[in-house]
Amino acid sequence: MNELIEFISNNLQITYILILATFVGIEVIKSIPAVLHTPLMSGANALSGVVIVGAILVMLHSDPTDYVALALGFIAVVLGVLNVVGGFAVTDRMLEMFKKKK
Amino acid sequence: MSILLSIIYLISTVTFIVGLKKLGHPETAKSGNSIAALGMGLAIVGTIFINDIEVPTIIYVLIGLAILVGSIMGWLIAMKVEMTKMPELVSLFNGFGGASAALIGVVEFIGNDNIAGTEATIVSTILSAIAIGAITFSGSLVAWGKLNGSLKSVVKIPQYNIINNLVIIGIVAFSAFMVITGTDSQILLYALLGAGLLYGVLFVLPIGGADMPVVISLLNSLTGIAAAITGILYDNMVMLVGGILVGSAGIILTVAMCKAMNRTLGSVIFGSFGASAVAEEGVNKTLGTIKKTTSSDTAIMMNYAQNVIIVPGYGLAVAQAQHVIHELEEILTGKGVNVKYAIHPVAGRMPGHMNVLLAESNVEYSLLAEMDDINPQFNNADVVLVVGANDVVNPAAHNDPASPIYGMPILDVENAKHIVVNKRSMKAGYAGIENELFYNSKTSMLFGDAKDALTELVGELKGM
Repeated sequence: MNELIEFISNNLQITYILILATFVGIEVIKSIPAVLHTPLMSGANALSGVVIVGAILVMLHSDPTDYVALALGFIAVVLGVLNVVGGFAVTDRMLEMFKKKK
Repeated sequence: MSILLSIIYLISTVTFIVGLKKLGHPETAKSGNSIAALGMGLAIVGTIFINDIEVPTIIYVLIGLAILVGSIMGWLIAMKVEMTKMPELVSLFNGFGGASAALIGVVEFIGNDNIAGTEATIVSTILSAIAIGAITFSGSLVAWGKLNGSLKSVVKIPQYNIINNLVIIGIVAFSAFMVITGTDSQILLYALLGAGLLYGVLFVLPIGGADMPVVISLLNSLTGIAAAITGILYDNMVMLVGGILVGSAGIILTVAMCKAMNRTLGSVIFGSFGASAVAEEGVNKTLGTIKKTTSSDTAIMMNYAQNVIIVPGYGLAVAQAQHVIHELEEILTGKGVNVKYAIHPVAGRMPGHMNVLLAESNVEYSLLAEMDDINPQFNNADVVLVVGANDVVNPAAHNDPASPIYGMPILDVENAKHIVVNKRSMKAGYAGIENELFYNSKTSMLFGDAKDALTELVGELKGM
């Protein structure tokens, strides 16, 4: 419990952002037509690939002789990019089909 | 961090929010996706090139290579995949994101020479990134396997709820132990990673294939949370906000999907559906007999009909018959028949999936009618063709309070003059219950694979 209070007082800004972003996420998605559930899920999935930024940071900070860290970082970047590029591309493909016939 | 990079992250964060918002409306969805993708690209490029540390060229080369490999693979998969395989693809991509988060945690842990002297909050974030990333990775892979059919059966370990809860409590307790003792043991780290992977498998394995979309959405939300946690670790705002957005939006989407399927999140996870279904077996004798029909009889009936309503379902998606059904609709329209599609909110493999499939085969958007609009029109329909749908047309949802699907909104096809049901066999739908519609005197059954049966039907109609 003390840890939690300490964390909040040390990271007040982050805590605020966390809570506000949660509400933004909820508000933004509210009342979505069922038709869009599939593309939306796919789009949100692409967004979660933002973890790629962390993977890049890992690589940038690795020592070029630390092969384990480099290898793991490399895989993390590949997987993250797969998530991002694949996710956005497939969402776009899906939405393209909706658009064609409107 | 340079001010320029901070501004880039700020812009990216805004594009995520705007993109997600736009994704929720049919007219703006496509631009929303592009805006978010642009913001993501900006964040990635900024992260690579704007930094205040000395980075050897070889590392840049490696990063560039990794991005190139990942982009090409991701692009190829995304362009090649069949639209019917969409749910499992989303799951697969999501698993990759989770794995990425877990790997970042692992590198941060083993690269830290002084875990004992590191702030407990930092160690906690590292460990949670590993645990959550591992759970989403293995869970998504199981979901992917289940949807593409390589993992067929619903495995139910006795008392799996208790076992699962024990495992997750164990993971939390174990992480807490690692934080408190400040251990830097890699063996313990890999044990945690393994436990996370195990939990992902245990969590998804007992859940039925039809509930997978809900699970994927939930896992997607978890990946967002993992990304946000890594964001805290690096004090990185775009990761933090982006991750939290996906996390909270994902939960809302999960709940919305459950609602569309008339399920609660609890019943999906704890699977109360399957249990009651077993008890229903053996009562089918009281329902009477079914009437079989042939494609030529069906063709004649449709040829002389005025109004035909097509009810596409899961079976159509599985048989990839979305193009044939469009052909059928065009021929009938050419013969002056009024054709419409009745789309149940959860038709297909996940909510909205049927709309994507039919859009893919160029079906006019205006012909797709939503449940509430089409239900009053079944009275005027001469023929209703049900293709591979079962539970969404089961009248038990209206008139049998004992049925597990009682209360679920359904398409009122039994009001039509004739009903033709195309199914592969008399096997029950995913709810595992009998459908009295099939025994209705107005119903005739057209057995066979949806694609084959429809192709035959089209052939018969062409000859008339």
